[in-house]
Amino acid sequence: MAKRIDVKDLNIFYGKFHAVDGVTLAVPPRSVTAFIGPSGCGKSTVLRSLNRMHEVTPGARVEGKVLLDGEDIYASSVDPVEVRRTIGMVFQRPNPFPTMSIRDNVVAGLKLAGVSNRKQLNEVAERSLRGANLWAEVKDRLDKPGGSLSGGQQQRLCIARAIAVQPDVLLMDEPCSALDPISTLAIEDLIGELKKDFTIVIVTHNMQQAARVSDQTAFFNLAGVGQPGKLVEIDDTEKIFSNPNQQATEDYISGRFG
Amino acid sequence: MIGAMTEDSGQSGGRAGVRRPGDSIFRALTTGSGLAIVIAIGLIGIFLLIKAVPSLVADKANFLFSPDFITTDPTNLKFGIRDLFVVTVLSSLVALVIAMPIALGIALFLTHYAPARLSRPFAYIVDLLAAVPSIVFGLWGAQVLGPTLEPFETWLNKVFGWFPLFANGNIPLAGAGTIFTVGVVLAVMLLPIITSVTREVFRQTPVMQIEGALALGATKWEMLRTTVLPFGRSGYIAASMLGLGRALGETVAVLIILHASPKPSGFSLFDGGYTFASKIASAASEFSQPLPTGAYIAAGLVLFVLTFIVNAAARSVAGGKVHK
Amino acid sequence: MTTTESTLDRPASPPAFQPVSGARKTKNLVATVLVGLAFLVAVVPLVWLLITVVAKGFTALLSADWWTHSLKGVLPEEFTGGVYHAIIGTLLQTLVCALIAVPVGVLAAIYLVEYGRGRLARTTTFMVDILSGVPSIVAALFVFALWIGTFGLGQSAFAVSLSLVLLMLPVVVRSTEEMLRLVPQELREASYALGVPKWKTIVKIVLPTALSGVVTGVMLAMARVMGETAPVLVLVGYSKSINFNIFDGNMTSLPLLIYTELTNPLPAGQLRVWGAALTLIILIMLFNLVATVVSRFSAIKTK
Repeated sequence: MAKRIDVKDLNIFYGKFHAVDGVTLAVPPRSVTAFIGPSGCGKSTVLRSLNRMHEVTPGARVEGKVLLDGEDIYASSVDPVEVRRTIGMVFQRPNPFPTMSIRDNVVAGLKLAGVSNRKQLNEVAERSLRGANLWAEVKDRLDKPGGSLSGGQQQRLCIARAIAVQPDVLLMDEPCSALDPISTLAIEDLIGELKKDFTIVIVTHNMQQAARVSDQTAFFNLAGVGQPGKLVEIDDTEKIFSNPNQQATEDYISGRFG
Repeated sequence: MIGAMTEDSGQSGGRAGVRRPGDSIFRALTTGSGLAIVIAIGLIGIFLLIKAVPSLVADKANFLFSPDFITTDPTNLKFGIRDLFVVTVLSSLVALVIAMPIALGIALFLTHYAPARLSRPFAYIVDLLAAVPSIVFGLWGAQVLGPTLEPFETWLNKVFGWFPLFANGNIPLAGAGTIFTVGVVLAVMLLPIITSVTREVFRQTPVMQIEGALALGATKWEMLRTTVLPFGRSGYIAASMLGLGRALGETVAVLIILHASPKPSGFSLFDGGYTFASKIASAASEFSQPLPTGAYIAAGLVLFVLTFIVNAAARSVAGGKVHK
Repeated sequence: MTTTESTLDRPASPPAFQPVSGARKTKNLVATVLVGLAFLVAVVPLVWLLITVVAKGFTALLSADWWTHSLKGVLPEEFTGGVYHAIIGTLLQTLVCALIAVPVGVLAAIYLVEYGRGRLARTTTFMVDILSGVPSIVAALFVFALWIGTFGLGQSAFAVSLSLVLLMLPVVVRSTEEMLRLVPQELREASYALGVPKWKTIVKIVLPTALSGVVTGVMLAMARVMGETAPVLVLVGYSKSINFNIFDGNMTSLPLLIYTELTNPLPAGQLRVWGAALTLIILIMLFNLVATVVSRFSAIKTK
């Protein structure tokens, strides 16, 4: 469980458009790394390239290396499906499968991978829902559709679904941007607990959130209109928010732009 | 920075080195199905051509300009498509002339005049017309509508007979088994087709434009004329062309309504005769010998090409707005 | 409030609203009336036609034999027998057609939505449009040229089904395509992120989500093809009795029965014609109704 990620000189393109330029960073295991920066700076794109999700977009390609415990996930012998099984993802808007019950949503990854042992599935469902702090709220209605939950519950259901396949890394793409403050707090608490078992990378628009939940913070910015996004600096969260090395970071954090 | 790029550093974008067999098989299956449709169209053209050519070679009449269609003697084929073409086009045009303005009115009614709550049930009523099979339209046209239209057609013929389209036809007007009657029935059949597509396009008119026009103090009609109609024009024309394609190929309703005529077409709306489709269907039970059958297949090929052109044109006119 | 009009009574300031000129008002009124009339014009033939069919045909449907017997041994002038054989024929031909058209159509739609890029996809979309405009008589002629003219096989219900496939395919492809595009991209991504391969994502996540819409489209497509007459005129013979064998022998469908009995001018024949027409309409309406009901169970929230 919980592996480290090393990104080395990563360039991301959409067709001819150079979206992200030369990102190098390291994510230690069992920690939370936050990506912050203005809209369009490429932070979500970098996140999606960490489990090859960006390949879903036609024309997307990367150059450079992403190493998971030293193994290049872009090596030609690596199956993107296996990468994603190892590196899970939670999205901006909660997206439970509408045709499935709460329980089936949680174990969807296992079921689709061919696990059919009912007892095992039930155990995993309970463990994952407990892990996502949702068990108490849904244990009496596991057979109801996933869409019947509130937005915040749905997002925790999606987290339960992501951790049910026991990934090593959990990527979160602005997981609270569609939620109210109370649900956001619940997710933030959950992130604090999850980092005991997982390596977590979270993209957020909310700087207070980054300050609250993360151990280290990476600030991304655009070099200019039409220019690729790039990593400005990455450091301990405390350092970034109190005394960053770069003027641009300080400007952004203090709200002088962005 | 760029120096670090290497050949093996991660070419991706869906064409990674590893392919799961499940994915490859499924992809091949779906692509094959798409391809099958493309091939089907090609095969239709090719097979009709193959079967038509020997008969076209044996044809003793001018295929394009002869009004005859005599295939009783395989050694002496005399067939041409002049009259089939004339009857097909005339009946379809009558249908369009009647259906186009009405369908436009219905589409406007459903999108901008009908109360919001009734708009859906009203649309459903119009769509019901599309659910009635064409043979039932044929029955109704031949046995109910035709006799009803007969006095009106007689009057038209009497008063406007000097105009070629309303001149005496090549069949008696009794029962009104005429191109005119066929056109009216086809018009009813086209209404749901043209309406449904036009309606969808009108619905897509940007609300900002509509509100902009209303904010300038435009009446409802002025708003429609300045925003909805210009926006939907290409869609409406495309929808009408789709309708035209349908009218050109309509078979059994025409076959039942239109009376046969021993005389060639006189370019009058009160003529009888056959369209491409009804001619083929009328002889279907006699498709036994290759050469005479080929004559009908040749007619079918012309109809195929005709509808192909009309539909392709409709598509290019619509420019992506229409998806039907 | 006085009703007397004099210049002195008029307010000194202009009215709060600029009046709309009479000509503009009239135009607006005329347009409203015309548009309303257009709708009525569409309703008239529909009601007229339905009333005619019901009035002329419903007595035939009242006899129990109508639904349970064929016309075997029934003389032209006799008011006995039924259309059981034609209902069976219609359903069989439509069903066999659907068995071929639905898998091909759904797979082709999946290709267009999930895989299709570039030239082949554009060509396929174009050809689906063209196919939807191919007249039924041309589809019938093609199957005739291929099945009977080239392979030398005889007329059969299966040949009819083949030509119906050509007519049904574009409808299935279009409706399925539309439903698949409504499935949010987020669901696909959620599935990929769980390490589910693309094909399994499509089969187990995307298709089930779109299922009710796809079924609705298929039902509507079946309703559309079961009323087709041209293919049965060209590709299969008329029979007065029941035939379950789609590969051999004559098989009557409702359109074929109507067309054949049209040549019978006797009252019994006319009753059969209108009765069969009413039966066919009821059958088609039934399919439409089921389609509407199924679409209520959609898993996709539209708005």
